[in-house]
Amino acid sequence: MDDSPVPASGSSGVSTEIVIAGAAESERLGVIPDESIWQLAAGPTLAALAQCGLTVADVDGIASTLPVVELAYYLGMRPSWLDGTVVGGCSYMLHVRHAAAAIRSGAASVVVVAHGESGRSRVGSPPMVPNPSSAGGQFEQIYGMAGAFSSFTIPTMAYLHRYGLDETALAEVPVAQSAWASQNPRATRGKLLTTDDVLNSRMIAWPFRVLECCPRSDGGGALVLMSAERAADLDLAHPAVTVLGSGEASEAPGSSFMQDLTSFRGFRDSSAAALREAELSTEDIDHLMVYDAYAHLPFYGLEDIGFVGRGEAYEFIRSGATRPGGTLPMNTNGGGLLYAHTGMYGMFAIQEAVRQLRGDAAVPVPDVHTSLVQGVGGMFAAAGALVLAN
Amino acid sequence: MAKPVPVPTPETQFYWDRAKERELWLPKCGNCGRLHFSPRAFCPFCSSVDIGWIRSSGRGTVESFIINHTPGPGYAEQGPYAIAFVLLDEGIRLASNLLEVEQTPTAITIGMPVEVTFEERGEWTIPQFRPAGAAA
Repeated sequence: MDDSPVPASGSSGVSTEIVIAGAAESERLGVIPDESIWQLAAGPTLAALAQCGLTVADVDGIASTLPVVELAYYLGMRPSWLDGTVVGGCSYMLHVRHAAAAIRSGAASVVVVAHGESGRSRVGSPPMVPNPSSAGGQFEQIYGMAGAFSSFTIPTMAYLHRYGLDETALAEVPVAQSAWASQNPRATRGKLLTTDDVLNSRMIAWPFRVLECCPRSDGGGALVLMSAERAADLDLAHPAVTVLGSGEASEAPGSSFMQDLTSFRGFRDSSAAALREAELSTEDIDHLMVYDAYAHLPFYGLEDIGFVGRGEAYEFIRSGATRPGGTLPMNTNGGGLLYAHTGMYGMFAIQEAVRQLRGDAAVPVPDVHTSLVQGVGGMFAAAGALVLAN
Repeated sequence: MAKPVPVPTPETQFYWDRAKERELWLPKCGNCGRLHFSPRAFCPFCSSVDIGWIRSSGRGTVESFIINHTPGPGYAEQGPYAIAFVLLDEGIRLASNLLEVEQTPTAITIGMPVEVTFEERGEWTIPQFRPAGAAA
């Protein structure tokens, strides 16, 4: 409407600095048959609060992909702000973005973002039931698209063909990331890989071999967010990490419905928003996490965020730029492909960026001051991006 | 286990009814003239409710594909199978299996011309694609 007031984008709340004051993963990661999804979320929640010198009683906001009422009940919380956004594995990037807005608005003061998923053992997990009347149910699943490995992967050959690459290009992603994972004792797949190791691994959905698909893991993680002002009054165990910018976006409910098979609008829109809010460009970013449930995603991420030009991601990764000592250290925990992947991996990508920025990563990147974390949800469905700094 | 079948919604009933007649139809906006997919009651480009249908040529090309070695429900007995995205001549993309062709990355190529065919699946008729001119 013409006479509507200009949004108060310059109001004092927008300038409030938001920090991640506590961040923890489950002590164990991988195969945890003796813990439910609730335990997997509660353990790191209490650990992350302890890093801040806080308890459950200090928390007034909670966000999770788990049923958020039941999680708050489980933890004995009495929240006055709840966010149950579930848009796939990038949901945690959206939770952080929403929490920052809530803290700025005064709707919450201490927010826990918690993840627990029994992706392998499925202890306490709800059954996974496809909906045959959804767009995906009517027009994708009937063709034997029966899991992420057989749907998320389908656009890849269009991408490779467009840039004159063959299917062996995908192998360079786990090979490069194994330079990180092989130094990380928590990585599920901790072996230093060769191209042949990857190409000779079991075929899942040509062109994807098993080492180009994430493992299924049990695990959890939690973040504690608050204003920098509040954090300054606490005796934090680790330096706080600032949320400089965030973005979220969606495109379509399945990979067959995306506009361009070689580029994901969600990556483009969410990363642009996060960088714009942070008032940074890709040249200012020291460290990158790109959600890599499958080996093609770092190609899309590097190009859609704008770190490299169209069709250049393969050569960039092959050049060593994303490995230890490279110009853009990427997926430095080993990535979802090699570190762990519970199903909604976004929490672990954020955790690694936080560890790098506060200096307690398993394989530390020297002189890191900024990190961009790019998440994807569903099969090129939703996206969330964060720009973090120390 | 049987292969999955769709559960139509009011927006998609026409598509599945025509498929039963072994015809492929696509939703087209009567206001802006653009085609869209998946079928909706409102045009995603101009929000018009004036949605009509046109019959597709049934011709297109393979835009991308995988060969799935980890079968979904009902697909276990046939061995590895292709799942393709077919770009119709009308500019609409459909997922499909590829019938009447060897299920290998040498027999199937990006850009390969294909044409619609139909698979009877219980009470349902499912649009599928095969190499163009494969009909005997």
